[in-house]
Amino acid sequence: MNGTGGPLLSVRGVEKRYGARIGCTGVSFDLWPGEVMGIVGESGSGKTTLLNCLAGQLAPDGGQVLFDTRTSGMADTVTMSEPERRMLRRTDWAFVHQHAHEGLRMNVSAGGNVGERLMAVGARNYAEIRESALDWLGRVEIAGDRIDDRPSAFSGGMRQRLQIARNLVTGPRLVFMDEPTGGLDVSVQARLLDLLRGLVREMGLSAIIVTHDLAVVRLLADRLMVMKGGHVVEQGLTDQVLDDPQHGYTQLLVSSVLQV
Amino acid sequence: MTQHYNFAYLDEQTKRMIRRAILKGLAVPGYQVPFASREMPMPYGWGTGGVQVSAACLTPDDTFKVIDQGADDTTNAVSIRKFFEKTAGVAVTERTGDATVIQTRHRIPEEPLTEGQILVYQVPIPEPLRFLEPSEVETRKMHALEEYGLMHVKLYEDISRHGHISTAYAYPVKVEGRYVMDPSPIPKFDNPKMEMAAIQLFGAGREQRIYALPPYSRVVSLDFEDHPFDPSKADHPCDLCGAEDSYLDEVIVDDAGGRMFVCSDTDYCGSRRAAGHRGRLAAEDVA
Repeated sequence: MNGTGGPLLSVRGVEKRYGARIGCTGVSFDLWPGEVMGIVGESGSGKTTLLNCLAGQLAPDGGQVLFDTRTSGMADTVTMSEPERRMLRRTDWAFVHQHAHEGLRMNVSAGGNVGERLMAVGARNYAEIRESALDWLGRVEIAGDRIDDRPSAFSGGMRQRLQIARNLVTGPRLVFMDEPTGGLDVSVQARLLDLLRGLVREMGLSAIIVTHDLAVVRLLADRLMVMKGGHVVEQGLTDQVLDDPQHGYTQLLVSSVLQV
Repeated sequence: MTQHYNFAYLDEQTKRMIRRAILKGLAVPGYQVPFASREMPMPYGWGTGGVQVSAACLTPDDTFKVIDQGADDTTNAVSIRKFFEKTAGVAVTERTGDATVIQTRHRIPEEPLTEGQILVYQVPIPEPLRFLEPSEVETRKMHALEEYGLMHVKLYEDISRHGHISTAYAYPVKVEGRYVMDPSPIPKFDNPKMEMAAIQLFGAGREQRIYALPPYSRVVSLDFEDHPFDPSKADHPCDLCGAEDSYLDEVIVDDAGGRMFVCSDTDYCGSRRAAGHRGRLAAEDVA
């Protein structure tokens, strides 16, 4: 799918400040097609700020976020026009929020939620929209007879899975996830991770996952970036960083995981 | 008549401001133009937007007609007609063909309008996306960027819940292939009539918006390929004039479930009866 054979996303020196405070600064990396990258760090380390800058939800104060667009190759999403950025958000990008209710329309049925992105890119055939909605509900393990129920009637885990279906229905190439398993109990988390891993591999998605849960990145991410105080303190292959942490903070982070 | 009011109640500067909004609306069909809506001597919801647009359009030579739900003789229609009789001294009529400016609430007259006529709608909520996206900042952005997928989500919900598109009034339309517009709460039966020879102006007083359709604008009702738009009406002829093609009101006439269907457009029904057409219950009416 990638036209140029280069990275899908190329981030150069991204910085976001809140007045005198640093949100994140000096972040650079390349994300290759099919690669899953994890960003870990404690609360307030700037990982969500960074994710929002990358996903075009926050305007960074400096740096470039180059995305390999289908039409015009590598383009800086920071400087591109708003219609273009919103178009990317509806088609090639997906954003999975920590709280499903932020990413869903709670007063619209599950089928309507999944169909919205299809209709936004021009689908006008009810039967086809419904069919792909049913197909996607099946893929995220939601029973087909719940298609006309509203998300407010769903459990937390189901909402999160519905949000994923709604985002992936248009076949995006890059998925941003902000704590996708936050607020779910462990057995539901495990199921969701299983599902995500399957979908990411099957669809060849690239993904950036922000989390403070090291188990999530161990399962999903190929590569890991550790943030502290707005800076990237360490990055590398996931297993390498987790098994042989070099930076003091990473060592602390890895050692503070409880072993059951 | 001694002149107690400026012609048509509003002062000239205000009328000028409204005319500018109308011209902008005509230049960009379907686009909601903000305007500085004035306090009118009637409550919001009674047609303050329509009244201001009418006031800005009227000239002393005009003949004015007011329709409320198709009828000329309801409280709202009578009071607005009297308002302009008093403040503008213009001629008034109940005959669609004789009027030059027609202010309407919830209906388009059955008789086709001609070039030179102006149809003024009273609009309660001008924003078609309002109930799907509560943020006005966001909906304006969606209009600007032509992101109208959400409108179809509403129609999708209709079909999934009721098996067909159950929106029966204020049915969203796309104007000239660009803006999605709320046609005000007219029945969807009237939607196809919006491609007409007359100028159509929409005034929303509380929401401070004016929008417009120039004559012969292309107005398409939104739908799905497999659930096409259907301008339905009650499947009866009018019980007074026998018309098969007009929009009908259902009237309960006794406690035993008796009912009759009559044209909602009273002028249309009346002129048909004057021309000798008779419906099922018309004989009693004459007797």
